[in-house]
Amino acid sequence: MILDVHQVTKEFPLGAETVRALRGIDLSVERGEFVAIMGPSGSGKSTLMNILGCLDTPTAGTYALDGAPVETLRDDALAAIRNRKVGFVFQTFNLLPRFPAWKNVELPLTYGGLTRRERRRRAESALESVQLGHRLGHLPNQLSGGERQRVAIARALVNGPAVLLADEPTGNLDSKVGAEILALFSHLNAAEGVTIVLVTHDPLVGRAARRMVRLKDGLKVSDERDSDLT
Amino acid sequence: MNLLDSITLAFETLAVNKFRATLTMLGVVIGVASVIVLVSIGDGAREYVESQFRALGTNVIIILPGKAHTSGGPPMVTASVNPLTIEDSLALAERCPSVHLVSPIVLGSGTSKYMNRSRSCPIIGTTHEFQEIRNLNVEIGQFLPPNLDRSERRVCVIGRTIRKELFGEENPLGKMMTVAGTKFRVIGIMRKKGMSLGMDLDDLVFIPAGSAEKLFNANGLFEVLVSTRSADQIDRAHREVKELMLRRHDDNEDFTVNNQADMLSVLSKVLGAMTYAVGGIAAISLLVGGIGIMNIMLVSVGERTREIGIRKAVGARRRDILAQFLVESVTLSSFGGVLGMSLGIGSALGAKAVFPAMPIVVSPWTIATAAIFSFAVGVFFGVYPARRAAALNPIDALRYE
Repeated sequence: MILDVHQVTKEFPLGAETVRALRGIDLSVERGEFVAIMGPSGSGKSTLMNILGCLDTPTAGTYALDGAPVETLRDDALAAIRNRKVGFVFQTFNLLPRFPAWKNVELPLTYGGLTRRERRRRAESALESVQLGHRLGHLPNQLSGGERQRVAIARALVNGPAVLLADEPTGNLDSKVGAEILALFSHLNAAEGVTIVLVTHDPLVGRAARRMVRLKDGLKVSDERDSDLT
Repeated sequence: MNLLDSITLAFETLAVNKFRATLTMLGVVIGVASVIVLVSIGDGAREYVESQFRALGTNVIIILPGKAHTSGGPPMVTASVNPLTIEDSLALAERCPSVHLVSPIVLGSGTSKYMNRSRSCPIIGTTHEFQEIRNLNVEIGQFLPPNLDRSERRVCVIGRTIRKELFGEENPLGKMMTVAGTKFRVIGIMRKKGMSLGMDLDDLVFIPAGSAEKLFNANGLFEVLVSTRSADQIDRAHREVKELMLRRHDDNEDFTVNNQADMLSVLSKVLGAMTYAVGGIAAISLLVGGIGIMNIMLVSVGERTREIGIRKAVGARRRDILAQFLVESVTLSSFGGVLGMSLGIGSALGAKAVFPAMPIVVSPWTIATAAIFSFAVGVFFGVYPARRAAALNPIDALRYE
């Protein structure tokens, strides 16, 4: 099991009140799965994503990533896990605007202790795997939206993570380019065996996944696999 | 991220906003440059004074009439001041074994005349030994002959300026000139010596001490110069001189014994303290430069919140972010420091080239201090912004617009 979430809750103080964003979630994801987490805004899917990505820790409950419990880890240990086990893809791409494509992809490797030459080699091969081998030296603003998101995907994959987490990855793209990105996810999942967890509120996007988890008000309301979906 | 990567990254980041980086560095540049220039002038002044003192000889003791130090108690009844006499100086030469040469000095001033030309200048009444103690050379003729201590012989030795002003092209040797109203025969002319501690040694007339005492009706000597054979005998000579003088003055310490080495060290300390003070004032501008760096780093952390969020999301630890921003501020300040050093050394050497008389010494020690300071300014004023950057929550930072 890659992800094992058990009875996770998350509470935020908001003024005098406490917001309960997650109210006891159970979720297990196996290696090689492609899961879409869906739900209306405010359902807690972004909070769950942050916890899955080790950007945040749960208020209560347990979470094991790739077999190791992470809910008690501190800042630096979480950073190391993000670096080695998690790849993020964001709605707004989140590329560094002054860095060429290959340097953006290299970024996670600079925190890993590889030689420059090796980092560059890996960054280039990651870009080639998303069909951007010809755009290595381009700055983000010289690339189209779809190309930028592919750079972001290359960055997420460059360290060979246990799981790829995508938060509304097609939200800033038109439907044609969005479909291409979803096709790329499906390809990575089917051909390379990359485990993908994708958060979206768009049912069309959700349909690309082979498993769909629905959240509402911080609780899981349904969990359907491929066979059920058809 | 290793240090080389961090430094490369810092240069790349600063290069994006060259104008801003340059302006920020300017504070440090000016600070470092002014510290170097001012300390170099201070060091130069100290070295100048020290060399002047050393030229006078570090094996010299000066005895002055009167007590230099005041005591806290009521004045003692016996505390009358006896003058220093030529007899005192003769006794010093005879009875102090460590003492090599002794020269009494009577100081006066008056008008020197030859034919229809006259000039007002200091007149020094002294003895043959003065020449050797003060390292003076005679150009033509001779200095005051030996064993004239109490003599009132009317011979004089004149400096170059006096010769030029009074005699012009004429050979003064053997001529009679008027010194403070009395006729003296010129027996020697001094070689050019120039200024020494504020006194023009070329604009002087030397006459025998006995004659001077009579001429000026002086109540005792102005001072007595004593020299030893070498500088390491100075302490023993100092003790001997003091003992003998006390005995001769009935245990009444109505004189002051200064040795040149002590005076040099006091003066050197005073000038050193002044150099520090001036350098410290200049260092304030370095401080202001540091505040400028802190300000711009805080702005930079704000502008790059999203970048920090991205870096944290892909695995940067707190210390990675801290190091990135700290290296950036240290790069700014060190680079400014290097520019400031070039500017400071350049101005100091330039000033020296334009005004060769100006005592300026750029010591490697000053440069090293400036280098360390500019580095330290980067660390000190970079820590706070870097800590702010490192403490950012990645989720909030990623959401930041």
